[in-house]
Amino acid sequence: MKIKEKPKLEELPFATIVTEPGTSEYYKTGDWKTLKPVVDKSKCIKCANCYIYCPDNAYEEDKEGYFNPNYDYCKGCGICVIECPAHCIGFVEEETE
Amino acid sequence: MAKRTGIEVSLAIAEAVRQSEVDVVSAYPITPQTHIVERLAEMVADGELNASYITVESEHSALSACIGASLVGTRVFTSTSSQGLALMHEIMYLASSLRCPIVMALANRALSGPLSIWNDHSDVMGERDTGWISIFSNNGQEAYDLTFMAFKIGENKQVSLPVMINFDGFLLTHMIEPIFIFNDSEIKNYLTLYDPTYRLDPKNPVTMGSVGLPEIYTEAKKQQDLALRNSIKVINDTFKEFKERFGREYNAVETYRADDAEVVIVMQGSIFESIQIVVDEMRNEGYKVGAVELRLWRPFPFDDLKSSLKDKKAIVVLDRAMIPGGPQGPVLSEVRSSMYLDKKRPMIIGVLAGLGGRDILLSQYKEIFNMGYDALKTGNEPEMAKIIGLRE
Repeated sequence: MKIKEKPKLEELPFATIVTEPGTSEYYKTGDWKTLKPVVDKSKCIKCANCYIYCPDNAYEEDKEGYFNPNYDYCKGCGICVIECPAHCIGFVEEETE
Repeated sequence: MAKRTGIEVSLAIAEAVRQSEVDVVSAYPITPQTHIVERLAEMVADGELNASYITVESEHSALSACIGASLVGTRVFTSTSSQGLALMHEIMYLASSLRCPIVMALANRALSGPLSIWNDHSDVMGERDTGWISIFSNNGQEAYDLTFMAFKIGENKQVSLPVMINFDGFLLTHMIEPIFIFNDSEIKNYLTLYDPTYRLDPKNPVTMGSVGLPEIYTEAKKQQDLALRNSIKVINDTFKEFKERFGREYNAVETYRADDAEVVIVMQGSIFESIQIVVDEMRNEGYKVGAVELRLWRPFPFDDLKSSLKDKKAIVVLDRAMIPGGPQGPVLSEVRSSMYLDKKRPMIIGVLAGLGGRDILLSQYKEIFNMGYDALKTGNEPEMAKIIGLRE
């Protein structure tokens, strides 16, 4: 990775031109949220609605077939909370670390 | 050798653009700039200029097209005036932040309203903070010469910034003047091929104009500020080289009989030449007066201006645009601010004159010089600028 997340003035590329493709992957966009989705696996029916509806592709499937949000990319929009037919996703306040 | 020809200044600028061998022109006609772009369209249509002339539906699109063309690595020219420049406003910042060395010929004209097609400096002052290099010319020869220098300065790798050349609408654009027109070969040797640091090229893809997150934006703005601030060295070197090559002298700050003067007028544009007549007259009457012109507006020539003004007793700053509800004149405000920290400084008085095409009479320049002498007598330095010729 050539690009620094917080470059100093002299490290900033000319005209902030990005010379490397796919650098948006380096940006963790998950720190925007105030509420975060929390999945209650005991109620989950593994329908994948959260995975399909998530606008940030933040849900990942685990080995057991459950879907879990990746908080590095989840922006806390709450669409999964509304779309879950089993009502298994809670929406709780993000704690500051 | 260059040949001196009687030519309308607008057409001389178009000729300079042709001789600079631009690749792309995109512009939208507006009074009093029209003759420039009309002539260029004709040149392209007739095959005299091998360039793409992109016709657009507005100035907003004209400058947008220029940016795209510039990012591909071509030499680009546009020209506008007044409302046209105001419509470009949003895109002006992008041209400078994307470091596109576009050259713009700006026929200075008042902004509406009331609607005015006549000359003042409202348009350029409205774009003061857009990050462009901004240079004033005082006559047709200068507008012609500076067009070449604008490409030379903007395309310098250390600079890589857009440049606007200011010249007074009608007072210059529609004037037929005797101008030394270069042979094409002289310019061929002077302007080298534009070689950008980065260009849009499918073989070497890069991302330009990406989002600036809060972690980046501050540093990016400082980078732009430094680029503009440091360009003054290249600008001065370009002026120097031009003099060595072609014999005509240009300075960031121009002076006329100012060395031993007590009272000077500081101003910009073609009125610099009218003031010289008054300076000569008053000198004959025994007044030690002079004139100082801020040819370079951005980057602001702090050092050159200070060294021209530091020994003066009073300076009167003549603004040709108004800051309503503020410190009245943009040039007044900046000249004052640049000298604020100096222990010893002249008295600084402001006047507004020649708004929306109102003539400034030679007798009024005399009145303005006398305001400087009055201030010295009374010790009174008015905060607000006086509007010359205001009926009240």
